[in-house]
Amino acid sequence: MKNLKSIESIVEHNYKLSHSVKNLLDIDQLDFNDLETIFSLSEIIDSFLLNNEKKSSLLKGKTIVTLFYESSTRTRVSFEEAGKLLGADVINMSGSGTSIDKGESLLNTCLTLQSAHTDLIIVRHPHSGAPNFMAKNLLKTKIINAGDGWHAHPTQALIDLYTVKQSFDKLEGLKVVIVGDILHSRVARSDIIGFQKLGVNITLCAPKSLLPTILLNKSNIDESDPYNKVNIEYDLEKALDKADIVMPLRIQQERLGEVSGFPSLREYSSRFQINDKTLKFAKPSAIVMHPGPMNEGVEISSEIAHSDRSQIENQVRYGVAIRMSLLYLMLSGGDFNE
Amino acid sequence: MSKSSLGIKNVRIIDPYNKVDNISDIIIVDGIITNIGKDLFAQSEKPNIDIIDGTDKILSPGFIDLHTHLRDPGEEHKETIETGMLAAAKGGFTTICSMPNTNPPVDNSSTVKYILDESKKFELIQVLPIGCVTKGRKGIQISEMWDLKNAGCVGFSDDGDPIYNPEIMQIALQYSEHLGLPVINHCEDTQLSKHSSVNEGKISNRLGLSGWPNQAEDIMVARDIELAKKYGGHLHIAHASTARAVELINEAKNFGVNVTAEVTPHHLTMTDSWFLGHQRDVDIFTSLGTDAYDSNLKVNPPLRTKTDIESLLTGVKEGIIDAIATDHAPHALQDKITTLDDAAYGINGLETAFTLLASLYHKNILDIVEIINRLTLGAVKVIANSIEKPKGIIKGELADIVLLDLNSDTTIVGKDFISKSKLTPLEGMTFKGRVLLTLAKGSVVYEFNNN
Repeated sequence: MKNLKSIESIVEHNYKLSHSVKNLLDIDQLDFNDLETIFSLSEIIDSFLLNNEKKSSLLKGKTIVTLFYESSTRTRVSFEEAGKLLGADVINMSGSGTSIDKGESLLNTCLTLQSAHTDLIIVRHPHSGAPNFMAKNLLKTKIINAGDGWHAHPTQALIDLYTVKQSFDKLEGLKVVIVGDILHSRVARSDIIGFQKLGVNITLCAPKSLLPTILLNKSNIDESDPYNKVNIEYDLEKALDKADIVMPLRIQQERLGEVSGFPSLREYSSRFQINDKTLKFAKPSAIVMHPGPMNEGVEISSEIAHSDRSQIENQVRYGVAIRMSLLYLMLSGGDFNE
Repeated sequence: MSKSSLGIKNVRIIDPYNKVDNISDIIIVDGIITNIGKDLFAQSEKPNIDIIDGTDKILSPGFIDLHTHLRDPGEEHKETIETGMLAAAKGGFTTICSMPNTNPPVDNSSTVKYILDESKKFELIQVLPIGCVTKGRKGIQISEMWDLKNAGCVGFSDDGDPIYNPEIMQIALQYSEHLGLPVINHCEDTQLSKHSSVNEGKISNRLGLSGWPNQAEDIMVARDIELAKKYGGHLHIAHASTARAVELINEAKNFGVNVTAEVTPHHLTMTDSWFLGHQRDVDIFTSLGTDAYDSNLKVNPPLRTKTDIESLLTGVKEGIIDAIATDHAPHALQDKITTLDDAAYGINGLETAFTLLASLYHKNILDIVEIINRLTLGAVKVIANSIEKPKGIIKGELADIVLLDLNSDTTIVGKDFISKSKLTPLEGMTFKGRVLLTLAKGSVVYEFNNN
C-alpha cells in the first residue's frame, strides 16, 4: 500500500479506470485491471477511514442523487456516506414524498434530475434493466446501478470480491459456495461474473425451484456463458466440501409469487442453513459472507453470523471504501467523453 | 375514393387463388382489371393511362391480416380505425381482422356495427371484426356468438388473454361448430408465464428476468386440441411461437382435428437474444448493448429461440401453419418507454411485415410464393366460412392487389409510420423489400412515395 499524507493526496497518484465508465450497470464492464485499481484505492481509503481521517473535498461541487425505488439500508447509507465523505452533495430520493407518488414516470424523473445538474444517479429499482433504460435516455448524468430486480448489483459484487481478497493471499482456485435463493438474487448474478474474473470456483447449492431453470440442464448452456463453469450441488454437506468461502443468501420472500417455491422456511432451514454443524464440512479456514440483509435462524444461524469466521461486518465496512473509490473514479476524471 | 386506371408492364404475377405465377402485363381501368397478358403495351392502341414498369417486381392479391389490434373504440390515442386501415394499406393489406380487446370489447352487436360503419366511412380497405368469446373478455360467460356472427363477426377470440377456463373453451368450440367460425385462442397459461416479458432461458437468466416458458403455450395448445378433438368446432391458434406448438398442430391436423394456426413476422425473424441490445442474434456473453432490455421487443408470446424459429419456418413451409398474421399492437409512447416489466406487450406490425418477411426470402429461408400464399390463400382458409373467396387477379374483377419490390433498400424509421404507434425495435435497420402500391376494391389506398 502506498503511504499517503491524507485522503486528498490520492489525486497525485493518477488512479484511473482502463476505459471511461459513464455508467456502471454490471460488473462485467470492469476488466481485471479496473478491479485491481478499485481494490488498491479502496485499501488506501479504508485505512484512512479506520484512522478516523474520513472527510475530504475530492468531489466538492458534484451532485449525487440516490434514487431508490426499493428499500435498502446498507447500500443506501454507504453510498450516501461515501458521497458525503468525498465532499459531494448527496440528495436522497425515494417514492414517497416525491413526484413518483404522483405517477411521474421513471423517464421523466430521470430527465428532471438531469436538468437539475445531477452528475450521478445511484439507482435501485425492482425491475431488471431499469438502470440500462435510464442510461440509454440520459446523455449527461452518469448512472450507478445499486441493484435492479434479479439482474445485477455490481457494487455488492465488488465488496464481496474485495472481502475475499482481504481474507486470502491467492484467489485463484478458491472455492466459493453460494447457498439459497439464487434464482431471485442479483447479488448472485453479479458475484458469479465477478468471482470468475478472479479465478474463483463457484458452487451453487439450493433446491431446484430456487435455481435458474437454465442451470438444471447444462447442455443448454454455451461454453462462453459464465454459468457453464458453475457447479451445482443440491446436498449442502457435499456442496460445502473443501469450501473456502461460504455465502448464504436470504430467501427473497418479496420476489416469490403466490406459490413460494418451497414448502416452508422451517424445512428449508433444516436442509440449507449455515450453522455450526453444517459449516464443519467446509475447510477449517473457511470464511462466511452474507450480502445482507440476513434472516438469522433461516439461512444462517446467529452463532455463525456473529462468529470469528463471519466477514459480514467487514463487508459493510468495506462497502463504504469501495463506493468511495468508485465515486471518485467515476466523478473525478472530468468529462467521460474525453 | 375514385377508381384507378393504370397499367403494369412486365410484372411477375403471383396469385395463389388461381395458382398463377407468371410474368405479364396488366391493365386496370376504373378499378377493374380489363386485361392481363403479354405485350399489352407494345401495340399501337396504347391505352391512355399511367404505365408502371413492373420488371423485377411482384404483383400479388391484396394481403389479409388475421390479427390486427385497431384499439378503436376506446383507445383512439393508440390507433383509430382510420389510422389502422391506412397503416394496413401501407403494408399491402386490403383486408384486416380487428381484434375485440377494445373498450367496450366487441361482445355485442352494436360495437360490431360501430366498427363496420366506421371502417366503411373511409373507403379504404376491408375490416372484418372478430368478436369476444366471453362477455367483457372476462372468461366467465360465453358471449352471444350467434348474434355476433349475424352482426358481421368472422371469428371469436379473447385475445390478449387466453380462454383460461377449459369448460368455457369447450362451449365456445361447440358454438364454433354451429356457426362455422373459428375460436381463436391466445394460448398462454398465465400461471406458468407469470406475465413475464421474455422467453425463459439463458437470456432471461442473463438479464435477471423471470421467464415465459414454452410450456405455458404448449400446454394450452395441447388442451385446446384435445377439446377440439372431442367437441368439434374450428380451433385457430393465434401467434404460435414454440417448436412444440408446431408439432402439436401438425399431429392434430393429421388426426383430422379442425385446427388452423398463424405465426407473426416477428416470431419468424427475431429471437430473445435481441434483448441483449444489438438488434440481432448475438452470442450469450456479448456485453449488453445500449438497447438492452428494449421494451419495443416485448410481445406476447415472447420472442423465442433459433430452435423455435426453425420449427415455425418448417411449419410455414409445410402448411402446418396456415397464415402469417401481424398481431399489430400499437401503443402510446408512455406505455412503451419505460422498464421492460412496466411496458405494454405489443409491436407495430402492419408496416414492417412484408419487409421482415422479405428478409427471409433474401436469406433463402422462405420462397416468395410461400410468403404470399400465407398472406392470402392461407389466411382465407381460416375465415373461409364467412367471406366470399377472393377472386384473385383475373380479368373483369375489381383490382385488389399489391405491387411489391423485393430489392430496394428500406430503412425502418418509426416516425414515418402511418400508425399512431411510432416505436419499433427495428428502428434504423435496413432491409431489402417494400410495398410499392396497394389497390383495394379498385382504388389506390397506398402508393410509395420516394420523397
